[in-house]
Amino acid sequence: MTSSPLATYQPDQRAASLIGGEATDANLRRYLHGIPGIDAVGLEARAADLGTRSIKTSSKRWAIDTIIGLIDLTTLEGADTPGKVRSLVAKALVPDPGDPGCPRVAAVCVYGDMVGTAVTALGSAHAAGGTEGAGVQRVHVAAVATAFPSGRASLAIKLADVRDSVAAGADEIDMVIDRGAFLAGRFGQVYDEIVAVKDACRRADGSVAHLKVILETGELNTYDNVRRASWLAILAGGDFIKTSTGKVAPAATLPVTLSMLEVVRDWHRLTGVRIGVKPAGGIRTSKDAIKYLVTVAETVGEEWLVPHLFRFGASSLLNDVLLQRQKMTTGHYSGPDYVTID
Amino acid sequence: MNRLAIPKTYKLYIGGKFPRSESGRVYEVLSHKGEFLANAAKGSRKDARDAVVAARSALGGWAGATAYNRGQVLYRIAELLEGRRAQFIDEIMSSEGVNAAVASAQVDEAIDRWVWYAGWADKYVQVAGNANPVSGPFFNLSVPEPTGVVAIIAPQGTESLLGLVSAIAPALVAGNTVVVVANETAPLSAISLGEVLATSDVPGGVVNIVTGSPAEIAPWLASHADVNALDLVGAGDLDWVELQISAADTLKRVLPPETGTDAAAPALSRILAFTELKTVWHTKAIL
Repeated sequence: MTSSPLATYQPDQRAASLIGGEATDANLRRYLHGIPGIDAVGLEARAADLGTRSIKTSSKRWAIDTIIGLIDLTTLEGADTPGKVRSLVAKALVPDPGDPGCPRVAAVCVYGDMVGTAVTALGSAHAAGGTEGAGVQRVHVAAVATAFPSGRASLAIKLADVRDSVAAGADEIDMVIDRGAFLAGRFGQVYDEIVAVKDACRRADGSVAHLKVILETGELNTYDNVRRASWLAILAGGDFIKTSTGKVAPAATLPVTLSMLEVVRDWHRLTGVRIGVKPAGGIRTSKDAIKYLVTVAETVGEEWLVPHLFRFGASSLLNDVLLQRQKMTTGHYSGPDYVTID
Repeated sequence: MNRLAIPKTYKLYIGGKFPRSESGRVYEVLSHKGEFLANAAKGSRKDARDAVVAARSALGGWAGATAYNRGQVLYRIAELLEGRRAQFIDEIMSSEGVNAAVASAQVDEAIDRWVWYAGWADKYVQVAGNANPVSGPFFNLSVPEPTGVVAIIAPQGTESLLGLVSAIAPALVAGNTVVVVANETAPLSAISLGEVLATSDVPGGVVNIVTGSPAEIAPWLASHADVNALDLVGAGDLDWVELQISAADTLKRVLPPETGTDAAAPALSRILAFTELKTVWHTKAIL
């Protein structure tokens, strides 16, 4: 599959060759509406079935440590202060002070204006420009941009938002798509915005910040729309597709994530390129998170369970995972007094 | 014509709901003659864990309710118990093998005891609290506050309703929330009390009733880091020294087992056992 010539193309060439022309509304609509529809009942049944797997003892231990290493520890509140971001970073670096063996999280996810604070707080542990040696997982800084969470601003403002965050040292940009345009059928506009944002992720030294495209599946109404938006985001050059902002209910659900993973699987078969998936919002317990691990492993394979291909966007999930981890280490149930108050 | 018998399979009472045991297990509840009475859920350690989570989340509301309000809510339970006298008497007669008069006396005693404890809700602070004399320009006040989540091993002998009421009522009075492991051989009183609580004004999660084997569940509650106190009143037949030792790891308050006819006799000390004294210094106005 990796022999596909598509693998060697630039994203815009690849999209053009797949959709058979320029990325116009008409061409994209013809392509996206040509994708087979989703059997919603079958999808939900499959997701429910994957959620019934029993993961115990050493597998659970592995799952818990893997989950921690895949978390984007998130604070996205209007009330975020530099102090709160610093304590978030401290928790990202040492999730469980009682157990130095506890792995670090993958990234911290903050609003664009807090990127500088997060980068400073991470210091030598920061992914880009950090100095900590091999063997330690350095922590990324992800910034939400493009008028998050609504995405209701002009393109110029969205791009300025992205450039600010990248300049401040963000390793990853979480952008929102224009759901209004998508639902109105203006696929070309959504496509062009993603391409423009991807371009704005370029740093002065030529390297590129990772781009996660938030579909906000809770506002897309149907699984078919989720599948089309996933294809659209990938065609336009997104490195990751992310379910939700966390500000809209329903946020991430297992069936939605499964349908996005299927797109990623199909894209890999078609082009040999691996795209990441990030369910975000509403995943609060380790039990839920383990269901996601099973779904990833069964849909795209275990090689996707690495930080550059799969993430959890979560804030309260980490504490529940730590409680489970403490239970497995000590043999007795732990309680909220033994983890931080976020 | 004979009616079809309806054998019941009871569930747990956790967080104001009646879930089945996570383990899916049940056990047979037998009468004193060995006849089948009903199936009860055989709770597992995970049910105990869920009960502790429910108790913890209910604590803020219950401890934060005014003492007067807590007293009213507890008194309302006594009213409902009174309304269900016949059912409790029936269950006690079949499971304990006593006659109607004895069963009736036990239910009366349980209701009276509940009323007695309910009355303490807005009074025990005045009795146990104090304005302390200090040599300085300060008010110095000590007030008892609830300890938190209390795990209780209910008395396992006869008098299943009275034993249960004597164990949980004093912990509730002060504003604690409770996880109680019911009488293993005679759980019907506990199950029916759960139904009473569910239809009363007690917020969900304030009382959580787990039926099953105390020997299996107690060690998990004793070592649970989110349980603040452990009442071993009915743990006489268990390895309760071990339970005390594992409770000490997380600095729980512990009450020892009690046996005999006056076990868990009503006393202010049972209320105060699960309270923490808070002392406040406050400057006096210098005028």
